[in-house]
Amino acid sequence: MKISMTVNGEAVSGEVEGRTLLVDFLRNDLKMTGTHIGCDTSQCGACTVHVNGMSVKSCSILAAEADGADVATIEGQANQDGSLNVIQQAFQDHHGLQCGFCTPGMVMAATELLKHNKKPTVAEIRHHLDGNICRCTGYHNIVKSIMAASGQDVSSIAAE
Amino acid sequence: MYNFEFVKPSSISEAVTALTDEEATPLSGGQTLLPTMKQRLANPEKLVSLAGIAEMQGVTEADGMVHIGAATTHATVAAKAQSYPGLAKLAAHIGDPAVRNRGTIGGSLANNDPAACYPAAALASNATIVTDSREIAADDYFQGMFSTALGEGEIVTAVRFPVPQVSNYQKFEQPASRFALVGVFVAKYADGVRVAVTGASEDGVFRWSEAEAALESNFSADALANLTVSAQDMIEDLHGSKAYRANLVKVLTGRAVKAAN
Amino acid sequence: MPKDSGIGASTKRVEDQRFLTGKGRYTSDINLVNQTHAVFLRSDVAHGAIKSIDTAAAAAMPGVLAIFTGEDFAEVGGNPAGWAITSRDGEPMKEPKRPVLAHGKVRHVGDAYAAVIAETVEQARDAADAIVAEIEELPAVVDMSAALAGGPFVHDEIETNQCFDWGWIEDNRAATDAAIKNAPHVTTLELINNRLVPNAIETRASTADYDPGTGEYTLYTTSQNPHLTRLLISAFVMGIAENKLRVVSPDVGGGFGSKIYHYGEEALVLAASKKLCRPVKWTATRSESFLTDAHGRDHVTKIELACEKDGTFIAFRTDTMANVGAYLSNFSTATPTFLHGTLMAGNYTVPHVYVNVKTVFTNTAPVDAYRGAGRPEATFSIERVIDKCAHELGLDAMEMRRKNFIKPEQFPYVSAAGLEYDTGNYDALVDKLNELADFKGFEARRKLSEADGKLRGLGINAYIEACGLAPSNLTGVLGSRVGYYDAATVRVNATGNLSVMVGAQSTGQGHETAFAQVVSEMLGIDQSSIDIVHGDTAKIPFGMGSYGSRSIAVCGPAVVRATEKIINKATKIAAHMLETAEADIEFKDGQFSVAGTDKSVSFGEVAFKAYVPQNYPVEDLEPGLEETAFYDPGNFTYPSGAYACEVEVDPETGKVTVENFTAVDDFGNVINPMIVTGQVHGGIGQGIGQALLENCAYDDNGQLLSASYMDYAMPRASDLPFYTVDHSCNTPCTHNPLGVKGCGEAGAIGSPPTIVNAVINALHSAGHTHVTHIDMPVSPARVWAAINAQ
Repeated sequence: MKISMTVNGEAVSGEVEGRTLLVDFLRNDLKMTGTHIGCDTSQCGACTVHVNGMSVKSCSILAAEADGADVATIEGQANQDGSLNVIQQAFQDHHGLQCGFCTPGMVMAATELLKHNKKPTVAEIRHHLDGNICRCTGYHNIVKSIMAASGQDVSSIAAE
Repeated sequence: MYNFEFVKPSSISEAVTALTDEEATPLSGGQTLLPTMKQRLANPEKLVSLAGIAEMQGVTEADGMVHIGAATTHATVAAKAQSYPGLAKLAAHIGDPAVRNRGTIGGSLANNDPAACYPAAALASNATIVTDSREIAADDYFQGMFSTALGEGEIVTAVRFPVPQVSNYQKFEQPASRFALVGVFVAKYADGVRVAVTGASEDGVFRWSEAEAALESNFSADALANLTVSAQDMIEDLHGSKAYRANLVKVLTGRAVKAAN
Repeated sequence: MPKDSGIGASTKRVEDQRFLTGKGRYTSDINLVNQTHAVFLRSDVAHGAIKSIDTAAAAAMPGVLAIFTGEDFAEVGGNPAGWAITSRDGEPMKEPKRPVLAHGKVRHVGDAYAAVIAETVEQARDAADAIVAEIEELPAVVDMSAALAGGPFVHDEIETNQCFDWGWIEDNRAATDAAIKNAPHVTTLELINNRLVPNAIETRASTADYDPGTGEYTLYTTSQNPHLTRLLISAFVMGIAENKLRVVSPDVGGGFGSKIYHYGEEALVLAASKKLCRPVKWTATRSESFLTDAHGRDHVTKIELACEKDGTFIAFRTDTMANVGAYLSNFSTATPTFLHGTLMAGNYTVPHVYVNVKTVFTNTAPVDAYRGAGRPEATFSIERVIDKCAHELGLDAMEMRRKNFIKPEQFPYVSAAGLEYDTGNYDALVDKLNELADFKGFEARRKLSEADGKLRGLGINAYIEACGLAPSNLTGVLGSRVGYYDAATVRVNATGNLSVMVGAQSTGQGHETAFAQVVSEMLGIDQSSIDIVHGDTAKIPFGMGSYGSRSIAVCGPAVVRATEKIINKATKIAAHMLETAEADIEFKDGQFSVAGTDKSVSFGEVAFKAYVPQNYPVEDLEPGLEETAFYDPGNFTYPSGAYACEVEVDPETGKVTVENFTAVDDFGNVINPMIVTGQVHGGIGQGIGQALLENCAYDDNGQLLSASYMDYAMPRASDLPFYTVDHSCNTPCTHNPLGVKGCGEAGAIGSPPTIVNAVINALHSAGHTHVTHIDMPVSPARVWAAINAQ
């Protein structure tokens, strides 16, 4: 069946099967491989995108369900001139990523959090990441990056 | 997954019609069904999405009742069910933020996972499960793990919760799945106290009636002091023994009562 | 004053740009024209005799291009064991064949016995479902004791489930036994080092592309060591000529050891691509990853610590059963022996050490190195038995350790387990730990926890580890079948920028930044003009890859030596350009100048001259500016540390939360402190995961109970605290030009015993002194059961 949606502000359309997941549509049909697949039980969050402004696990929503929706992925987060946005820059500044595989999901999750909660506490950040698993960082610098992105002081969060 | 026909009706009656096909399965948030289908453990030939049915969406509160459309997401319940804080908080701790943006109360209740949270809330509130053809009291709805009173092709369209005087849900998370290893929902109404337990029993969600009786005369944690929970029908698995779950039932009930006060 | 560039600077990572914008290129992101897809059919029984495999119906299904079974690889070599171990009785270890696809028998749940290649993944999966295999289920042997006692044999032809029975150091066995027999005090601890699933968030993936025109194969694969993968496939398995096989590891999303090994799927896609003359792509699902990625740890150990009444150590003796699973993975035999037994003296001057390890085949997934690889197992055994002993003798646990520490003036020190430690200062680490972890304030914090109904415990640990694998001559003598040098080529281009090809392979460690910092510092040129190239056997001379915390300790010196050769040659060119003797040239900050004058040429000018060699001494000096170095380390490196943590225990539920964690490590010199700290964070996260959450469990029938994130508890952000990390008390490594020791695994080595020591401490503080040990994962259910077992 034919579906269409906007992805990162651009109108796209494609031919999908009933079983095509949104993540497969993004990765295989639209060739946008920034959204990753890390598990098969809807837990790891590497596939997190925004549908109509809300975080969803793109591996757990059919592409057909997103017909007509406004989808945002990691590829659309940087500034117009290609420079990293505030959240992305904070991740780089504070070493909030290592292998990078969970990172698109982390950035999308952080983006949703900071939209609704401008100055989250550490506990709120940690719980917001319940659905995003990282194996590399031990989360310390991810939490620090998100705190920093929100403009809060991170000097007390032990650095080196 | 095996392929399937996908239809997205915009009304309850359209959905019911689509579901008369015995190869059709309803799809709500998909947070449970889609992973199951990826493992090829469920292979419906037609999926009927309920996500586009406006009359199944939304939270309204009136006359001491909270009325929730079955296709309402956990995130929406968490944000909107203000008059029933115990319920709103329960919804706010299901899964994770992205799961809460898709998972629905109707999907959870129709599935009746023995470790899901909503069944405890529904049973503790003696909620009414409204379907396309009738209304079912919670006491009659839950019939064992993954088993409900719903008939073939029958869908939950709304859930109605009477708002208690006080309530609290204590969820001890199974650290991998984040479902309830044991979850206890305590609700105190004018006409009595109800204690519903999820995660613990091989028979699914159940009411701890001895605790209810004790709490009715003394709504405090020490009313439970001399009660024991039988380990016999408790679930035993990688995450806890029968005895451990039985222990948690008692501990969490006490904590729920304390927090509700 | 922290540096802002070069060695010692916390330079921001260049690789972040692509990872943060979704432009990373992981193996599964690569799609080749005309590609096909592979799906594997895997056993759902732990042990079975394959009677027949009927592929006729499957072969006729839409889109199906080829089907392979074990029969197709009967003549192909098995996946080899990389390290030969000899048993105590002189017998060589057992090496049953590990085929590309299971043949004759399936030996663990998940063992692949057929593969379907089709136009789409779903067509391949549909066809795999249609394959009719008659597999006669056999009794499975899962418990190691039962396996050693006889049980059904995982490999019938070897007539045993014991791979080998290893002793170290065998000549010291009698003296150790005697010392323990006569010791005033002996503490015994029986423990399990729990099996883990590495779970890099990127699952394994392999895509093969055979070019019939040139006869060349390209394999894109998630590997920590493309050259080693190529060597194993070429020399041992497929027989593809090494010069016709290119292995590319693009961006790799974590490895932690699980992506070191060659796996059958890599051989399969190569064979399939050759047959079809089309690319063949495979990506593991997370379920497949759980079933088939090499698991980690899985030791059952009895450790004895013999000592004087005043706590002076006399001997450590250990008896271990180590699970290797159904087949030997490439380093399965080295991990529980030379990466484990050799560390059994710890940081201590203990005079006697004897280690016995019996490795056991079982009907479970293969087990091999996982972050720490043998050293977490050794450290856990030692540091837990020390705590138990201190408790039995009524001595302070940290003072007992200090009393037995090797002192700085004793280095180089040959431990009773046979390793020569180059340098260290363990007291300095503990002093720093005292300062940072605020031991003095613990009692007040404990009272606050108590008022809240919780028990609070403080746990400590000291560790040493051996990494920077490894000196090839030494490991060769000990049985290794490969060497462990590494290599780098520094290529200066005519326009003055550099490509540095390194044999190390990043799976998240920031090599593109850290190696560039080294070269930038040495040449005095801007880091932005240095491009680090890794992950492609076509571009890089050779390398043994990244694992065992070796990238900076072994590949780093190769980069240094190659850069020194560049400077050497550039100096000669500069001398010619400046019409002076080589000895008169000074090189500083990217400028070659004549000593005592202001005549100079820049590095860039020299580079250009090398490639446009006019007025150039071609009789004496070749044009070009490119140098290669291979570096074989003189020894292992020996990071060490002292850790502390505080936990709270809820006695009614048994739940343990980690309230704080302090890690003081000696990594020698450090290239990028920010990256090093990140490595420690990640290691501690995994160590806390092992200690409290992760449990890879099989039932008696060999079914994997923890086969997804629904049952295998991965640490989430809300399970972990912030960490306080310090690596300022360092003693530079004495035997490599950078003075570095490596840091990738330390966090995972030192943290599990720290956590468990803290939990036991918490329980003891509430009078539950009957609890002397709880096996990992120290889950709420286990804590509760321990408290209530009177």
